[in-house]
Amino acid sequence: MSDLFQTETQIRLMVNGQKVKARVRVGQHLTDFLRQELGLTGSHAGCEHGVCGACTLRVNGEITRGCLMLAAQADGAEVETIEGLTERGVIADLQQAFVHRNALQCGFCTPGMLATAADLLARGGVPGREVIRDHLSGNYCRCTGYEAIIDAVETVARARAEALK
Amino acid sequence: MKPTLAGYARASTIAEATAWLAEADGDAKVIAGGQSLMAAINMGLGGDTRLIDINGIEALKGIRLEGDRLVIGALTRHAELGRHPLIAEHAPLLTRAVPLIAHEAIRTRGTIGGSLSHADPAAELPACVLALDALIRISGPGGEREVAADDFFEDVYVTDLAQDEIVTAISLPLAAAKEAQLIRELSRRAGDFALAGIALVRRPSGHRVAFFGTGPRPMLGRSVMAALDAGDLAAALAAVPEDIDPQSDPHASAAYRRHLASVLLRRCLEDLAA
Repeated sequence: MSDLFQTETQIRLMVNGQKVKARVRVGQHLTDFLRQELGLTGSHAGCEHGVCGACTLRVNGEITRGCLMLAAQADGAEVETIEGLTERGVIADLQQAFVHRNALQCGFCTPGMLATAADLLARGGVPGREVIRDHLSGNYCRCTGYEAIIDAVETVARARAEALK
Repeated sequence: MKPTLAGYARASTIAEATAWLAEADGDAKVIAGGQSLMAAINMGLGGDTRLIDINGIEALKGIRLEGDRLVIGALTRHAELGRHPLIAEHAPLLTRAVPLIAHEAIRTRGTIGGSLSHADPAAELPACVLALDALIRISGPGGEREVAADDFFEDVYVTDLAQDEIVTAISLPLAAAKEAQLIRELSRRAGDFALAGIALVRRPSGHRVAFFGTGPRPMLGRSVMAALDAGDLAAALAAVPEDIDPQSDPHASAAYRRHLASVLLRRCLEDLAA
């Protein structure tokens, strides 16, 4: 029985398109694993109880709180962090819009904010400001007062919809 | 604070999970989506806890029709619940409840079985299954059983589950042709737990009204239901305070929660009349 419960476990997963094999402490959450073991520090550890959204990343294509998932649970998963999203260039327009609109100051919330906004934008169309606000409501920003962030997301949604015409 | 755990094991079958729970004798917890449990562990409440991860158990997955019942696997994520066509057709209350649960990045991972087992008195899904008159399917080393939602929720974070049992599925009656299913809640910010909430089902056999955030568990408003069945809307509104048992806490006073519960019922009745 006690053998069943491990304190360390082997995991294999894909991180930003690359195979990763690692031995992790079972109590380590995914964000700490990415930051401390893989050096992917774009996933920020903020509140560590799922409230602030700074650790938001993609697991199997869906946005997830990196602090509310054990690294051990990511065995077999495809994880994409802000580093991967950036390298693939899929949010370059969004990142540019954040800069243009002053949608960040200290930058702590920005990776999670971008990952969450990208999730909304991927659904297509031009969401209203209320919809954008609701989708981002799980991501705290203590600098901007949010309006600039909503401006940036709205700008990109419009530009992408225009480009499809 | 950094999470620590005394141990972790992945179960691949229901029998395995419940046997391990029985053997651990109260010293292990089940982790499904982990959206409440991980937060508690990160706050240092899991130091001597061992986790049994049930995410790999195929028998807990899927949404299907079984005769005249809709059966929802315990591992169904909130996001999946919110977009599934069988749910929209047969239990639209749940489709409407999903956007009210936390935030998208939580809904992609949190599960219905986890929400019911955790039994937060302010959570949406426990009140929904109560309003829908669901049966909760439970497995333990001794076999399987079904418990009515009315009997499942006992107190704050306390359910009828024994320590070696897990929720395996939720079984619901199918919505009738002219059935109305509504949910409303009031919270200070989007995604917060409700200060007060109501799930209301009007079916041919009568009304079922469950309040949440207004007592130690989701509670059926039995006087409200009786008044609605009798067609007396004024009596239903007047009965709200006696049907609920709200507490004062830093978020809201008991009196304010009583007021909000009445407001929510009135708005639901306006929705029904519209």
